[in-house]
Amino acid sequence: MENIGSTLTLSEARKKLKKEQQQLLKKRFFSNYSMVIGLVIVIFLMLLSFVGPYLTSYGPLDLEVNNRLQAPNADHLLGTDNFGRDLLTRIVYGARASISVGLSIAIITSIIGLAIGLYASYYKRLDQILMRICDGLMAIPGILLAIALMAALGPKVENVIIALSIVFTPYVARIVRSAALVVREQTYIEAMKAQGASSTRIIWLHVAPNVLSPLIVQATFIFADSIITEAALSFLGAGIPAPAPSWGNILYDGKLVIFNAWWMTVFPGLLIIIAVIGLNSMGDGLRDIMDPHYKKVTKKRSKAVKGKEEVA
Amino acid sequence: MSDVLLDIKNLKTHFYTETGHVTAVNGVSFNVKKGEIVGVVGESGCGKSVMSQTILRLFEEGTVEYEGEINFNGRNLLKLNKRQINKVRGNDISMIFQDPLSTLNPVHTVGRQIAESIILHQNASKKEAEEKAIELLRLVGIPSPEKRAKEYPHNLSGGMRQRAMIAVALACRPKLLIADEPTTALDVTIQAQILDLMNNLNEELDMGIIFITHDLGVVADLCSRVVVMYLGEIVEEASIEELFDRPLHPYTQGLIKSIPQLDGDRSAMLHTIEGTVPPLTRVPKGCRFAARCPFADEKCVASAPPVTEYTATQKVKCWHFEKILKNQEGIADVHTYS
Amino acid sequence: MWSYIIKRLFSLIPVLFIVSIVIFSIIHLTPGDPTTYMLGEEATPEQIADAKKQLGLDQPIHVQYFNWVKKAAIGDLGSSYHMNMSVNDAIMSHIGPTLSLAILAEIVALLIAIPLGIIAAIKRGTATDQTVMGFSLLGMAIPSFLLALFLVLLIGVKLQWLPVAGYRPLDSGLWNHIKYLIMPAISLGSIQAALIARMTRSSMLEVLNTNYIKMARAKGVVERRIIYGHALQNAFLPILTVIGITFGGLVTGAVVTETIFNIPGIGSLIINSVARRDYTVIQGIVLFVTFVYVMLNLVIDILYGVIDPRVRLEEK
Repeated sequence: MENIGSTLTLSEARKKLKKEQQQLLKKRFFSNYSMVIGLVIVIFLMLLSFVGPYLTSYGPLDLEVNNRLQAPNADHLLGTDNFGRDLLTRIVYGARASISVGLSIAIITSIIGLAIGLYASYYKRLDQILMRICDGLMAIPGILLAIALMAALGPKVENVIIALSIVFTPYVARIVRSAALVVREQTYIEAMKAQGASSTRIIWLHVAPNVLSPLIVQATFIFADSIITEAALSFLGAGIPAPAPSWGNILYDGKLVIFNAWWMTVFPGLLIIIAVIGLNSMGDGLRDIMDPHYKKVTKKRSKAVKGKEEVA
Repeated sequence: MSDVLLDIKNLKTHFYTETGHVTAVNGVSFNVKKGEIVGVVGESGCGKSVMSQTILRLFEEGTVEYEGEINFNGRNLLKLNKRQINKVRGNDISMIFQDPLSTLNPVHTVGRQIAESIILHQNASKKEAEEKAIELLRLVGIPSPEKRAKEYPHNLSGGMRQRAMIAVALACRPKLLIADEPTTALDVTIQAQILDLMNNLNEELDMGIIFITHDLGVVADLCSRVVVMYLGEIVEEASIEELFDRPLHPYTQGLIKSIPQLDGDRSAMLHTIEGTVPPLTRVPKGCRFAARCPFADEKCVASAPPVTEYTATQKVKCWHFEKILKNQEGIADVHTYS
Repeated sequence: MWSYIIKRLFSLIPVLFIVSIVIFSIIHLTPGDPTTYMLGEEATPEQIADAKKQLGLDQPIHVQYFNWVKKAAIGDLGSSYHMNMSVNDAIMSHIGPTLSLAILAEIVALLIAIPLGIIAAIKRGTATDQTVMGFSLLGMAIPSFLLALFLVLLIGVKLQWLPVAGYRPLDSGLWNHIKYLIMPAISLGSIQAALIARMTRSSMLEVLNTNYIKMARAKGVVERRIIYGHALQNAFLPILTVIGITFGGLVTGAVVTETIFNIPGIGSLIINSVARRDYTVIQGIVLFVTFVYVMLNLVIDILYGVIDPRVRLEEK
């Protein structure tokens, strides 16, 4: 009887503990301003890019030759471009392009970077080869590598995704590897090995889950970087080919008429900045939530009051 | 009173931090006479370091507030403006710290760091200052000082660094030297050498020294008077003989009992004081030592004891020291303190 | 010290080897024949064969690679098919504007970042600090080409203080030269400044908390001298690293900024070469810039030893 009683209380205690942990997580989440702000912005952008196109009455490629370069007005809330296309419509479709390209790159680099980082951390010799390749790729300034790749592959949306995935994967692989190296040294991994678990099993079932939080944080930052780089590439004419709407393409058209149409530069530009701020602060917030220690360290460093340290 | 060099009266140091208000030094009074070595003893966190740095007001303005008086040469250091206090620092009062490696600037040569004080305070030319720096290095017993003056702190050994730091502090022949655990980071033989050096310097230069340490053994060798601190307050002040012969405060007694005895019973457990120092954010209302004191009663918990002058040189802050003393007399012979 | 430099130089070899393979394979292993891109669809088979021979494309791929690397190692990056000149000459004739822009941008960055970083560190927790850090956060979120476009709109189009685009060489007078570079340099530099200011602040804070700063205070050194004579030199190492890293950002920014302001530099050259599918030039520029970037970081590593005597000791 006593035994049953104690297991009952044990499971109750566990339940209670779990509930407390969830509450703590919730509290941490909502007290984390950068996370909340970032999330609101990101959700807004997602809605804009996936629902927005159904709400506009114009098509992204509809030309109205008579209505070229109209300043923002009641018919065209954000004005029209040099071909008489509705700017709001193009920005909304552009959001869809930029977000889906950025998201695809974030997902692809995460998957490939995860695999590379995990295997590199596990096999010493493979590590040497893979990390040298990553060093080499990271030594080339990102935009140059992307431009060279786009020149070779040709301007297409798929190629933008491929090129930028190649540019950003080493950064993911590095972070996954260093996190995985820490996990690898833990005793339970040694124990698993001693029990004869296969390396695939150890890598994917035991190491991988432990590197997910730095991976997700890094993926958020890469999402933001991809949006910037894609815009830059398209702006240079080496990204998503015109006339497809993307924020970079709108800016490119805007540059041609910058003396006459400020709205073509300001609105897509602001949207890029908002998207980047949103994603970056979401990344910062995620890092604080998943690794509370990180915040403490930086906070102490930046705001440490000398006296307090002396006393402690 | 003319031979009193430094007179601290009811000194309080308050910190205002993100986590709230903390009083790290709470009403400390004591003095140092010319050429005297006074020991300040206590566990880590008792406020002795804060107290020592308060004398030169080394904490950042805006986060800290001082109360009371620190009289030096007829002036209250707490009332001086920035310019005036900078003239006192390094010139009249110098300080040395615990870890010499982190206290010497890694990117400046040892000679330059000594010369800096001389240039600052004595209007010396760069060349004169450098010559004086070499002289000082010789004074603190560093071999081939000309060569060492040109080296960087990381080139020196731990003992050498501490000597170099003492040289920096002595650069302007200060009247008072505050030594904040100067031997804690050193090993035992070097520790003895540094203590010797300080003793000699004290005699040669007739300089007052406040020696801060947690090690009562060191105090016995060096100091003539001792101040015992606990949680930001002085619990006992006595001459060195009185302190070891007849410690009045239970905390002092505990500290003395926990010195390892070379000739004692080796199999006996080393004495420890029960409990730990509570954080300054949760200071007890009554006697601050009550929670750890074997003699504490309701009175101790309810209200803080006054400071009693037991002899002309011995003061204690305890409600029950007379009772404790009586109890002790019977067993006093059991403990022999060397 | 010398053995350290030589050791570091040797460690560059594997990185540069990988870089060369990556750049080479980008151009040569991607589907499609570069010569058809170059000559257009209507080229005759003879023309193509001729071009292939001229470019050495008729040889096996590994031979092509070694020929290219051998030449690149002695500084010969091949010749441009379109411009009828060697890639070296093409780069040299475009490097001046880029160099001017980069130097000016770095000056702008340091002039903004270091004082602001120091002020923020000294006045930490105050409104000044928060304002500086707020701007720095914003600066890190704005890509430099957007800032450039906004500057063009505001200063060039609206206020008409500065020319909107163009470039004048140094021969045409210093002010004339700089006048055209101010906006590009500000747009590039202030973005770099965001990161450098952040690093300066945290590095200064760390140093100001050390014991040797406390010792300097105890010596009676005045606050100004503590900051400039004692703290800054110690805080400079991490700042230097960030300056090295931001050079990558400078290159990235320069490519786009040059296009916006019509500056005939390396960035414009590579963009034009992409449009012309002039692969040897693209290849050459990427290799050249990467080499400069890697070398710059090496120089910064060596500067460490000059600034911090501790590093010198470790390498002895």
